[in-house]
Amino acid sequence: MAKIQSSMTGTVWKVLVRPGDQVEAGQEVVILESMKMEIPIQSDYTGVVKDVKVEEGSFVSDGDVLVELAD
Amino acid sequence: MAIQKVLVANRGEIASRIIRTCQARGIKTVSVYSEADQELPFVEQADESVCIGPPPVAKSYLQMDAIIGAAQETGADAIHPGYGLLSENAEFAQKVIDAGLTWIGPAPAVIALMGDKVMARKTMQKAGVPTVPGTDQIQNVEEAIHAAEQIGFPVMIKASAGGGGIGMHVCHTAEELNKIFSSVQTRARSYFGDDTLFMEKWIGKSRHVEVQIIADSQGHVLHLFERECSVQRRNQKVIEESLSPSIRPETRKRLHDAAMRAAQAVQYTGAGTVEFLVGPDDVFYFLEMNTRLQVEHPVTECITGLDLVSLQLDIACGQPLPFKQEEIQSKGHAIEFRIYAEDPIRFMPAPGKITRFRFPDGKGIRVDAGVKEGNTVSPFYDPLIAKCIVSGCNRQEVIEKSKDALQAFEVEGIQTNIPALLRVLEEPQFVKGHYHTQLLDEMRQR
Repeated sequence: MAKIQSSMTGTVWKVLVRPGDQVEAGQEVVILESMKMEIPIQSDYTGVVKDVKVEEGSFVSDGDVLVELAD
Repeated sequence: MAIQKVLVANRGEIASRIIRTCQARGIKTVSVYSEADQELPFVEQADESVCIGPPPVAKSYLQMDAIIGAAQETGADAIHPGYGLLSENAEFAQKVIDAGLTWIGPAPAVIALMGDKVMARKTMQKAGVPTVPGTDQIQNVEEAIHAAEQIGFPVMIKASAGGGGIGMHVCHTAEELNKIFSSVQTRARSYFGDDTLFMEKWIGKSRHVEVQIIADSQGHVLHLFERECSVQRRNQKVIEESLSPSIRPETRKRLHDAAMRAAQAVQYTGAGTVEFLVGPDDVFYFLEMNTRLQVEHPVTECITGLDLVSLQLDIACGQPLPFKQEEIQSKGHAIEFRIYAEDPIRFMPAPGKITRFRFPDGKGIRVDAGVKEGNTVSPFYDPLIAKCIVSGCNRQEVIEKSKDALQAFEVEGIQTNIPALLRVLEEPQFVKGHYHTQLLDEMRQR
């Protein structure tokens, strides 16, 4: 199962996908906010969203799983 | 009426900087801090400190009532807002005044007027201060495209309530404008609580030069020369210097006059900054007025020998300025380097624990630091951890001294932009003093 992870510490500003959505590799799935900057997190894979592990306002660390894709 | 005790409604390096002047003048200080900041130097430097909430700014540093409550609880009689956070919030300024406290800043009505970028443009046009060709507020994307075609692409689309480089976007074509309009609007709403947008013509190879103003409540408005702030990333300043190495002497005089006219037009009081865009031909336009102390105020202090925070305190007490324009001189040159906790290539945030932090000192080197060894740089706030201000007889000397100063920083545990600052010092355009706001982008693309 493919996992999309956070690349840094920050707060989730926007979640752009929902379970069941089709995502393409390179598509932005979550926008984090860290140190007054918006940091878009892209999916490295193409697939269907199985689960969104965070919600807007969640605090995440580097490496935390944000979104899981179904196989 | 003299101020006895100042509450500093800010954090990090600027809180420490304000406390330093208060202490030198025998004024007591109070820090307010969030749970993420309790180990930072500004908390222990103050005579008293009050925790005002959890880490996110909305729950602590933007909590107006908690801050005013802390002032009342500790018996502070004045509030200094620093920069950012609530410093340009007219509602907060009014609440401070209504609570019977002294607000160290201009009148709330002036803050509100200058905070509305569309209104500020109109006010400046009336006062005869040139503004960038642009629009009033724009309602929708069709109107935006029509207006952009009139002004001519490229255009900069901006949030009327914006600032700090956030909420602006350059568009080169109608297609691009169409694509991003709603996202700029959404961002303006979520960052500033107001989605009013306007547009200005985008001028390439331009410089960002600002004039420091100081005005008392007797109506005296003086300038403290200009600062060149064109070394930027993401529309945020990285290096500032005074005087500007690039503007012509006749432009300098006209720039200072325009800034004083801008301040007079709104009956400004206190320290303020009028920002201008200067085109390749030295034609300049009003961008905005910052109704507060600036991050880069130390370069002005270095070349004039003045303490701007001390002047702010006197003006807030109703004292007239103790000098006339002709008594203020600029001596030598000063450059400020902002040390950010970020990676030095892509300038992405790099929070973390600072395991080692040593900085240079010596003649002509001033470091305003907001952290000490062992502190953690949290992701909740601006990445600025320190400012290194280097001054000397002339620009060339300052550039050479700056290389040594920056190399003498020892920061471990987090990444900083110091390597990027050192690269700028080797960049021929910077060394010659002929650079514009795209310098860092151009360097990165090479």
